[in-house]
Amino acid sequence: ADFDRDRGTITTVFQKVGRTTNHLGTFNEGDFIPDVIGPLGNNSHIANFGRVVCVGGGVGIAPVYPIAKALKEAGNTITSIIGARTKSILFWEEKMRNVSDDLIITTDDGSHGTRAVVTVPLETILKNETVNLVIAIGPAVMMKFVCKTTEKYGVKTVVSLNSIMIDGTGMCGGCRVAVGGETKYTCVDGPEFNGHDVDFDLLMKRLQAYVPEEQMAMNHSRRTVEVIETWKH
Amino acid sequence: METLTVEKKIKQRVEMREQPPLERARNFREVPYGYTPDEAFEEASRCMSCKKPACRTGCPVEVDIPGFIDLIKGRKFLDACYKIKEKNALPAVCGRVCPQEVQCESRCLVGKKGKSVAIGNLERFVADYEADNGKVRIPHKPRPTGRKVAVIGSGPGGLTCAVDLAMSGHEVTLFEALHKPGGVLMYGIPEFRLPKVIVEREVGYIKKLGVDVVLNAVIGKLHTIDELLNGHGYDASFICIGAGLPIFLGLPGENLNGVCSANEYLTRANLMKAYLFPEYETPIKVGKRVAVLGAGNVAMDSARVALRLGAEKVYLIYRRSEAEMPARKAEIHHAQEEGIEFLLLTNPTRFLDDGKGNLCGVECVKMELGEPDESGRRRPIPIRGSEFQVEIDVAIPALGARANPLLTKTMQDLKVNKSGYIVTEEGTGMTSKSGVFAGGDIVTGSATVISAMGAGRRTANAINEYLKWKHWKFN
Repeated sequence: ADFDRDRGTITTVFQKVGRTTNHLGTFNEGDFIPDVIGPLGNNSHIANFGRVVCVGGGVGIAPVYPIAKALKEAGNTITSIIGARTKSILFWEEKMRNVSDDLIITTDDGSHGTRAVVTVPLETILKNETVNLVIAIGPAVMMKFVCKTTEKYGVKTVVSLNSIMIDGTGMCGGCRVAVGGETKYTCVDGPEFNGHDVDFDLLMKRLQAYVPEEQMAMNHSRRTVEVIETWKH
Repeated sequence: METLTVEKKIKQRVEMREQPPLERARNFREVPYGYTPDEAFEEASRCMSCKKPACRTGCPVEVDIPGFIDLIKGRKFLDACYKIKEKNALPAVCGRVCPQEVQCESRCLVGKKGKSVAIGNLERFVADYEADNGKVRIPHKPRPTGRKVAVIGSGPGGLTCAVDLAMSGHEVTLFEALHKPGGVLMYGIPEFRLPKVIVEREVGYIKKLGVDVVLNAVIGKLHTIDELLNGHGYDASFICIGAGLPIFLGLPGENLNGVCSANEYLTRANLMKAYLFPEYETPIKVGKRVAVLGAGNVAMDSARVALRLGAEKVYLIYRRSEAEMPARKAEIHHAQEEGIEFLLLTNPTRFLDDGKGNLCGVECVKMELGEPDESGRRRPIPIRGSEFQVEIDVAIPALGARANPLLTKTMQDLKVNKSGYIVTEEGTGMTSKSGVFAGGDIVTGSATVISAMGAGRRTANAINEYLKWKHWKFN
């Protein structure tokens, strides 16, 4: 989501949703992540489009930030809409404000900003102003509805897909998605695609493929923690 | 009468003892147990130590076969291993996965009258013997030449080339995109055919020879080849990245949950150890009824993995007949013994949806063989009206692989053919770009472990010449 060439660092943001991210959440400064591979995927297409709306949902705020920043530097006028379920999981408000001409905040429960989903302020903007490009990153369902909204106004929309990945280098096809009726690999052909061509229902279905196993993995790590706790006592 | 006496002289081949089929079909342990020293000694005694050994000409890396077998005859098992290692740094791997029946063993003179000497089994035995006895010998390091070479891809070709170059005194860096080295040896070939500890052991040996192994390094993304050659001080590079892009059939329903490429399936199972889920984090779809599409070695491996994960029924669907199957005969035999059902002369036409986006079956059509096609094999033709459905919940297309363009698309000045494979000079691996060599599957398309090793060996020789003269002539 960010980098510092001088310090030789990259920044990544994750949300604890399952076994691996929960485990990562227990890491402290000075701990090591055994394997970091990258950069992967295609670069975002950065140019002066004019007026751009950047939409970030939940943890999707993190990947939308460097794109908004680069687009701002390329001379675009940026309106950013960031949204989350509730205030406590909303982050990087200041960072987003610094790279945006205008920042709109939404929460599903109204605990911060406007009580709405991101498509509500987006639709208001599209109705009243000329927008040249929309970038949307967040949960698949959010990107789907952003695309449905922008389609009505004929505004080009780029989404960054989040399919299941294994190697991330194009060798397995686990991340395949249907774009414009063709099979594409998110890791090497994307992750960014024209949102109006993406089959979001297929993407959402494929994201569900391992739900039982993911639950099993969570339970397993919980049991392991319990066993360790019992040993301690 | 004369032939009879000769036949009498030839002793029976000492076959390796194996786990019984129905037992092994449910575990990931290696199928053959390996020779005991006595068994190896007995098998070695069948070798006639030919003056002009034909077996040697059948080995792509020219191992001195009668030389090492003679040492086994003298029970000098360690010396036998060192003898092989003069030519081949990966004997434990090659002894297990080489198709010896079409290489060294196919030329064995004993094989003209009876069963050829089990060269692969003997190679495997001495390599394991060396490791089990903790007597791995590291050869003397040559004088440094001050030259640096980047080898891209740590599969069998890259490993072989890296060793040869290191033994010539160059500073070698081996770049690998995945988090473990070995390429297909690590992610593709399953544990029960090639235990991963053996791959790790052989890669460990290569590191001791002075090869610097850099993991998680996707060349083309992390650095381009030009950056390596111009910015990082490498004098030459060898691209040996394999052909890892899976082929799908383009059939309706191919993106349903439950359909996954053999590459994905095997990577999850082998590299990520998903067969030990949930102790290991990576899950895998354990199907009740599984269909593997294709009939190469990768298809056999996938089918046998599915069985070991606990599938009740595993089908192997192939559009031609058994005679045309590209897999090794031994692998086909193993698969059949373990209870995999072959649906031959059968072509899948579409995948069936259970209404919730999950795979629930595959529709197939029966085929008959017509006239031979360009490949010389009889062309399968669908029989009209013979469609039928097979109930499955996991399908694994194993139809081969194509060239992955991730690296080559970052090199505009590199000549590739229309399928994306790198164009090289026969025998040297020279590409159209000065200082850049290539070999293995990224040049030839999907082939065997040993052919990639052969390419690694030949290219290492060519790179040695190039580094002496930096002379370039590419047609």
